Amino acid sequence: MRSMSTQLGGAGKALLATLVLAVSLVLAGPYKAYALIEIDITRGNVEPLPVAVADFLGGDDRERQFATDIVGVITNNLARSGLFKPIAREAFIERITDFNAQPRFGDWRIINAQALVTGRVSLQSDGRIKAEFRLWDVLSQQQMTGFQFFTTPRNWRRIGHLISDAIYERLTGESGYFDSRVVFIEESGPKDQRIKRLVMMDQDGANFRRLTNGENLVLTPRFNPRAQEIAYMSYAGGQARVYIYNIETGQRQIVGDFPGMTFAPRFSPDGRQVIMSLQQGGNANIYTMDLQTRRTQRLTNTPAIDTSPSYAPDSSMVTFTSDRSGNQQIYVMSSDGSNQRRISFGEGRYSTPVWSPRGDLIAFTKLSRGKFLIGVMRPDGSGERILTEGYHNEGPTWAPNGRVLIFFRESRGERGGPNLFSVDLTGYNERQIQTPNFASDPAWSPLMN
Amino acid sequence: MIRLTALRAVVVGLALVALVACESTNTEQPGAVNAEPATPGSERDFIVNVGDRVFFLTDTATLTDAARETLRRQAAWLKLYPNVRIQVEGHADERGTREYNIALSARRGNTTKAFLVSQGINPARVDTISYGKERPVALCDAESCWSQNRRSVTLLTSGAQS
Repeated sequence: MRSMSTQLGGAGKALLATLVLAVSLVLAGPYKAYALIEIDITRGNVEPLPVAVADFLGGDDRERQFATDIVGVITNNLARSGLFKPIAREAFIERITDFNAQPRFGDWRIINAQALVTGRVSLQSDGRIKAEFRLWDVLSQQQMTGFQFFTTPRNWRRIGHLISDAIYERLTGESGYFDSRVVFIEESGPKDQRIKRLVMMDQDGANFRRLTNGENLVLTPRFNPRAQEIAYMSYAGGQARVYIYNIETGQRQIVGDFPGMTFAPRFSPDGRQVIMSLQQGGNANIYTMDLQTRRTQRLTNTPAIDTSPSYAPDSSMVTFTSDRSGNQQIYVMSSDGSNQRRISFGEGRYSTPVWSPRGDLIAFTKLSRGKFLIGVMRPDGSGERILTEGYHNEGPTWAPNGRVLIFFRESRGERGGPNLFSVDLTGYNERQIQTPNFASDPAWSPLMN
Repeated sequence: MIRLTALRAVVVGLALVALVACESTNTEQPGAVNAEPATPGSERDFIVNVGDRVFFLTDTATLTDAARETLRRQAAWLKLYPNVRIQVEGHADERGTREYNIALSARRGNTTKAFLVSQGINPARVDTISYGKERPVALCDAESCWSQNRRSVTLLTSGAQS
């Protein structure tokens, strides 16, 4: 027997914890470590795994509607990951009628399904939705995993994401990234009078929500990894400063009382500090500010532009851009500012370094031969790899599992503008992320659960 | 002497307008093609007869000879109208990343302010703001436009004649 339960967050996530509760199902039969299907996502261009997501069961019309919608979310997530190929339901032979019975594996093998997802949705007397699912290995005829989730009806999409993450995790051995959100800048209006708004949506584009009204120019939003907050830059009141936006209350608050422009904010991994640049005359230096004590600390002090700081996930180091060598390059330092050293030495200029949540890589924008490229390198500067290139690609952000990146790509010319794209760490599976308007400066949230 | 300089500024202004072929609107220099004389001490006087902006080479904040010339005229004009306060806007072209460009444009604004101060302008009269690549004036995807966007612009924020 094996049981799992989804970890719930600390105090900062209290609200989230009440929204979705995941409890493990008792698995059918003894669980043995047979050679089950597994996807190696470290290789590029992997052949997507054919998976059948059967219609989830529901008792009445309302339950069946939730069931259909949740299956839609799961199918969409799995397809967009590029690792799975959901089979069209028209091809299904068996119609699942009993959630607790074994599927007729032969029927699924015939349509070439290697994995099968079954599920059931029921409304509880307290008004919540209960959703159960099982993931089956069709060839070895075993259940691979299964969970049940409870949530309020308006959070039904998160059930779809949590199930998607459970499937992804079981089949790839890596944690998932579907139960997450993206904050970015929505751009509208002509290029020389752009209106920019802070917006947020689920990683699949649902629940699109404008957070600012476009009155002030806003740039470079980033999630607090531990709280419902976004740090960003705003020109409110005719001064360019770093602010924090509270997602729950809608309130915004300036970060610190600095004598000049502050920009390029990011939170520390514990969410307690903001690291950012302060403009001092012609130079930009990197500072941290403790959000509780308001204490500031200066980390760099050079006659240069030092900006775009990003913490390593263990907080021990910070990567940043500096032009102290004459042009923009990537540097790393200890998080107290000591041991500053350059790590990028390729041809071109490097900027926007972002540390992977896994700690193993730094993603960046590279300007070389008139092109803008997105790439990754190890924190010691070795192993540089370009994931995409073109006229203008900029500003990568990591999926919570460090396997996918989102960046923005500008199209040329007077009517050109930015759109969001995702790409796998392998450089494959590049896709545009649909947004209502032009979109830039994406930042991916951590997993919400 | 002042007259001569002013005349040349108009010629330079006109030449600039002609250069910016791909610019759709030119709200920054409304008086440049208007024959009517500008009121001395007005914003239009400053834009037409002095020049409100200077340009930079790629990824630099160094003032060119032409930029210094313009800023000397700006300083001379500002001395004539000591009640005028200004804001220097720093800008960058779109061929850089956002945060770096914000800092680069700040450096340009800072260089511009420092030069004006070196010409005797009280620093308390000069504010700066940095827009990075957020406020282009020329929109084509070619150097002819980018060179117009790598600029610092001197805005008269108060004290000018209407």
